[in-house]
Amino acid sequence: MDAFDERTGRGDGLREQYRAVDAWLGRHDLATLQRKREEAETLFRRSGITFAVYGNEESTERLIPFDLIPRVISAAEWRRLSAGIEQRVLALNAFLYDVYHRQEIVRAGRIPADLIVQNEFFLPEMIGVDPARHVYSHVIGIDIVRTSEDDFFVLEDNTRTPSGVSYMLENRETMMQMFPELFTAHRVAPVETYPEMLRATLQSVAPPGLAREPNLALLTPGLYNSAYFEHAFLADQMGIELVEGRDLVVEDGSLWMRTTRGLCPLDVVYRRIDDAFLDPLAFDPDSVLGIPGLFDVYRSGRVTIVNAPGTGIADDKAVYTYVPEIIEFYTGRPPLLQNVPTWRCRRPDDLAWVLEHLAELVVKEVHGSGGYGMLVGPAASRAELDAFRERLRARPDAYIAQPTLALSTCPTLVDAGIAPRHVDLRPYVLCGDRIRLAPGGLTRVALREGSLVVNSSQGGGTKDTWVLQD
Amino acid sequence: MLGRTAEDLFWLSRYVERAENTARLVEVAYRIGLMPREGGGPFEEWRSALMSSGCESGYFARHADLSAEKVIDWMIFDPENPSSVWSCIGVARQNGRAQRTALTQDMWESLNTTWIEMSAFGRNRLSIGDLMALLNWIKQRSALFRGALTGTILRNDTWCFSQLGAFVERADNTARILDVKYYVLLPETSMIGGGVDGRQWGAILRSVSAHRSYQWVYREAYRPWRVAELLILNRQMPRSLAFSYERIHGSLDLVTALHEARLPSLEHARATSEMLRSHEVGEIFQAGLHEFLLGFRARNDVLAGQIALDYHFRG
Repeated sequence: MDAFDERTGRGDGLREQYRAVDAWLGRHDLATLQRKREEAETLFRRSGITFAVYGNEESTERLIPFDLIPRVISAAEWRRLSAGIEQRVLALNAFLYDVYHRQEIVRAGRIPADLIVQNEFFLPEMIGVDPARHVYSHVIGIDIVRTSEDDFFVLEDNTRTPSGVSYMLENRETMMQMFPELFTAHRVAPVETYPEMLRATLQSVAPPGLAREPNLALLTPGLYNSAYFEHAFLADQMGIELVEGRDLVVEDGSLWMRTTRGLCPLDVVYRRIDDAFLDPLAFDPDSVLGIPGLFDVYRSGRVTIVNAPGTGIADDKAVYTYVPEIIEFYTGRPPLLQNVPTWRCRRPDDLAWVLEHLAELVVKEVHGSGGYGMLVGPAASRAELDAFRERLRARPDAYIAQPTLALSTCPTLVDAGIAPRHVDLRPYVLCGDRIRLAPGGLTRVALREGSLVVNSSQGGGTKDTWVLQD
Repeated sequence: MLGRTAEDLFWLSRYVERAENTARLVEVAYRIGLMPREGGGPFEEWRSALMSSGCESGYFARHADLSAEKVIDWMIFDPENPSSVWSCIGVARQNGRAQRTALTQDMWESLNTTWIEMSAFGRNRLSIGDLMALLNWIKQRSALFRGALTGTILRNDTWCFSQLGAFVERADNTARILDVKYYVLLPETSMIGGGVDGRQWGAILRSVSAHRSYQWVYREAYRPWRVAELLILNRQMPRSLAFSYERIHGSLDLVTALHEARLPSLEHARATSEMLRSHEVGEIFQAGLHEFLLGFRARNDVLAGQIALDYHFRG
């Protein structure tokens, strides 16, 4: 597939923003770069930046491969992307407020009612709850791909508990340690203020009327969660407590932490556990991770949960197909960032078309994530295609299909040398008293030649992502 | 600080300290094993190493007989032994990972690197000739962690509970070593002084890195009551009971000031510290060294329990 290359465009010469990186690469031979790559790996391993792969007993702690060659975004490109991202995040939060209040968008006939009320991520318990500043999704990761000089598409919105931001920070830290000369010679927008921005966002959504500084904590499922390193990393960088459900208790209508001094009130919980596990009294009664009574405290407005429960409805893949309408409805303007054209298999016409063209399409489970349970048509065998057709016919509602996009490529260090590999981009957006956006984000790269699947659980790696300043 | 965090830090430090002490016990057994033998069966030194680290019954549940190789494997590598160096490092690192936010980068990296290197070390590849190098490495890693802690951590709860764990463990270990060695070494009545005994005492003092200190303090040949005095009452000797309790008392003083609350553990530690200050070694021997050490270890355990209660270790 002929893909747009971030370094050379359509093969017509070096793009301006890659001049610096290109010159730097020219000064190092392959052996040096390979050695540097190993050094970087040692740095990562020593600092414990690992993630767990589910269902893989052998290696419960693995490194996400780190590629030394940065992905570079020009200032102009970033201005364009960030305007689109801001618009999208504001619209999604307005949508969430509406979903849990009057559902004007349904009344206006812009989206079907069953898309909401029959959605498994719709949380009826949230109806009528007013979160601080009416913000539901405070931390959002938006997955963006590029197919040409001017075409960027949003692949997915992650409005629940997006992860990976620690890699954005550690990748930069590692690059600055290993190649300081790169950063003195070029103006790269800093990302290391992200933890401060996150803390400011959390503080800004504390329950109103608090007479003291709000107490913040990050709630983790614990040591065995795949993203535990990130939880610990962020709590540490923000200087807030890293807590588990068993450290918290509800008493007298408030939420408390069990500390060495006894109980201490908690005002904002940045939770990294799923809705279902938050409170066994309100949701999954079998959850041992949650805090009994938490949801009542939340409803009474005495604690803020970040992100709010029930935000999953905004990143559901069926709802995704309506995001352009959602943006127009709440902002009154056409979307600045496009969706990938998507067939909704729940519609008979679309299903018929998808079944016929399956070998050219990417099919995703509506409720899936992390690259599990998806089909990449062009890479699938005949038997796999046949099996998937059966699944589509049996449960059409559960799937959407998209064209196989030629994701842009970036020069990447592989065993044989430097070669183009497909990438995507996940910027992290914070929404509180205002929108805060770390310049760049996390670039994920599919390390296998020709592969379009960038997920770390499927063997993807990451790159430092530069936004150049004018 | 979360009660659970305080608990994990307390045990993290205990396990780092225990790994080091286990290495020291193996070292002393190894050194005694190299010496000419007088009385006692073969491998008695290995039995006493097992007894001192309190893992004798576990060993015999697994092995029918005593041998240097098996004891070394049990005390250094065997994951079945909760006090093996392997287990201690594993638990310490696990606690550190759980409390990553409470540790500084330097502390975490020293802990994590120790674990990575220990994991890479082949359990079955250890030749007896490599033993000393391995034991030295363990002591160095423990010293590195202690140095990272001392040099980088804020003097807050993290510091206090780490210190408490380390010195509660150290006091217990020194008391055990002394108890077992006296039992093994001290014949019924005797005043000892012969060449072999002298070398054995030397090896014991070496296990707590005190063989040079002894010379500086007493400037005479090893005498059992002097060894006991050094390890129990000398407040300048960093592995003695008295020194450990000065530190425990000091740490609890600091927590008390930070929390602005006087809790029972402080009084408990003060009383033990006072007791160690006021005793003379003659009195201890009159009442029976074994009984004294047994009583001390019980008090030490009670203190650990009281700290857990006072600072809400288990919610």
